[in-house]
Amino acid sequence: MQAKNLIYDGTFDGFLSAVFYVFEHKLKMVSIQNKFSVQQGLFSENESILTDEVKANRVWKGIKSKLSSHGSYQLYYAFLSEAIGVEDLLLDYIQYAFSQQKKVDKDYSHPSILKIAQIAKSVGREKHRMEAFVRFRLTNDDIYFASIEPDFNVLPLIEKHFKRRYADQKWVIYDIKRGYGLFYDLETVELINMDFPENFNFTKTDDAFFATQEFEFQKLWQDYFKATNIASRKNMKLHIRHVPKRYWKYLSEKQPN
Amino acid sequence: MSFQRTQEKLKILADAAKYDVSCSSSGSKRANTNKGLGDATGMGICHSYTEDGRCVSLLKILLTNHCIFDCAYCVTRKSNDVKRAAFKVQEVVDLTINFYRRNYIEGLFLSSGIFKSADYTMERLVAVAKKLRLEENFNGYIHLKSIPGASDELMREAGLYADRLSVNIEIPTEAGLKKLAPDKKREDFIKPMVKVKNEIIQYNAEKKIIKSTPKFAPAGQSTQMIIGASGENDFQIMQTSNHFYKSYNLKRVYYSGYVPISYDNRLPQIGSAVPMLRENRLYQTDWLMRFYGFDVSEILNEQHQNLDLDVDPKLSWALRNLHEFPVDVNTADQRMLARIPGLGMKSVFKIINARRFRKLNWEHLKKIGVALNRAQYFMVCDSNQFEKRDLTSEKIKGLILQNSTSKYQKMLSNQLSLFG
Repeated sequence: MQAKNLIYDGTFDGFLSAVFYVFEHKLKMVSIQNKFSVQQGLFSENESILTDEVKANRVWKGIKSKLSSHGSYQLYYAFLSEAIGVEDLLLDYIQYAFSQQKKVDKDYSHPSILKIAQIAKSVGREKHRMEAFVRFRLTNDDIYFASIEPDFNVLPLIEKHFKRRYADQKWVIYDIKRGYGLFYDLETVELINMDFPENFNFTKTDDAFFATQEFEFQKLWQDYFKATNIASRKNMKLHIRHVPKRYWKYLSEKQPN
Repeated sequence: MSFQRTQEKLKILADAAKYDVSCSSSGSKRANTNKGLGDATGMGICHSYTEDGRCVSLLKILLTNHCIFDCAYCVTRKSNDVKRAAFKVQEVVDLTINFYRRNYIEGLFLSSGIFKSADYTMERLVAVAKKLRLEENFNGYIHLKSIPGASDELMREAGLYADRLSVNIEIPTEAGLKKLAPDKKREDFIKPMVKVKNEIIQYNAEKKIIKSTPKFAPAGQSTQMIIGASGENDFQIMQTSNHFYKSYNLKRVYYSGYVPISYDNRLPQIGSAVPMLRENRLYQTDWLMRFYGFDVSEILNEQHQNLDLDVDPKLSWALRNLHEFPVDVNTADQRMLARIPGLGMKSVFKIINARRFRKLNWEHLKKIGVALNRAQYFMVCDSNQFEKRDLTSEKIKGLILQNSTSKYQKMLSNQLSLFG
């Protein structure tokens, strides 16, 4: 039997449609691949998968019935990692789950289950970091704007947190790496794509875009950050472990004055 | 808000507040139900970390650093020659709201030097919290300091607006307190703590009958002790800590290694090292008490009055109690699993779940994340390879230290050579 590559459109529904295809055609040697990052096998045949919401929902419902709620959200979290090859791990997990009577998501001595749990954990960590490291800046249009570049695609995971917390202010959180963002207009949160002026500097607070008081509060925050440090306990290793350097450029307190 | 004046005050009053360790912002359950600002239902969030590696979760400031007391260990003491400043209530409110809107903080931790009287000071603290809740619709986290000696009425009002209240006992023993803060009495610290404890008990009882009973300090109470300022040993410190957990239902006791800030000869001199490793060992003991099912007397007692610095307290306990080991990870109960050195509670739960599917061997345990370097001497699993030599405690300790590097290595060799 020839090995097959199933190419899907990068969405979660697309992935689930591919899983449906695998079960439907009882495929054995198969790899599910995001169309944006196809790994061509030497002797495998490519097959494009159409995203079908109905099929995707059927698979998702099945997964939910075979796993605890913790297990199904771990699958979703791991999917958002966008890690190369994560789809095949997920497929293995799902096939194992469907083959067993018991709910398997706590079977930590099974390689795929443990691996997915570990990937989901790092996505969860990134989600939590974004809830912490988003820094809003008030624009001239009275919108609180933040730009982020998370390692994983965590915007769908942080929406609820920010909506609940900042219910009385308009805000945008924009993922520069993936080119889309969330916009809350005091009622609902929408996915948006934005066109930024050419040479727009995301790390600079330019007074053409940002409110005057924004500079003052950034300064006060930087002062606070410095004053609350205890110099005789300095521990840069610990500091960097908690706030890895790749996040510094969007943190107002880490900007040079 | 005048920017320059606020800036100046913020520098002084944040600097003076930084010795308070508590930065917890979890456990409140205050939801955003009024379409207002903020939400304190989830887990705590550390929005940043200072260069000393401590979490920045709350805007931690003093309302003022004017103080009528002269406690030797305190940077704000009356006799200390430092710049003094005082915030207006509205200034604190504006800073909190604007920092919160930018996602810098989870909320406010407001403490104060004591000016005029305890009640006068407590009244101002309550006024800030009240304004934030009632005028600004703020649902973020508020931690207020209970001022020693404040009246019951004020403490009750404080609990209605704040998520957490805390009063620092600072010195672990009464004798030490007498020496370093002769104007202060232990009873004054205890009084507001008792009031808040009783109100929380009453709130929990009333809530069962009337669901809409207004929340009272939903994140509970905490306290803090200074370590290494007044000569107490670890046994005394953890006894006091245990007493406060048990008698006052505290959520947390914090341990703060003394940072020398004074030439007073009753205290360690300026320039002496902050006892960070000792502080770490005390926190580990605290965790063993609260989450691992240990009784404090198992770890510290008349025979063992100080914690080992070179190994963690659980390992140290295990080495003294080799007759309890080895433990079979495939059959042992949660209590015994939690006692194996090198196993955290996360690993314990993973093991309990995973062994329902198949018997676990070394390979499984390693992948799950068990620190086998320490754990291997204290357990057996589904393998015929296990420690068969009859090793003594000293030998095991030697083997473990030989095969590991502590992040405290540098500090350790200094401290050991001092006493060695």
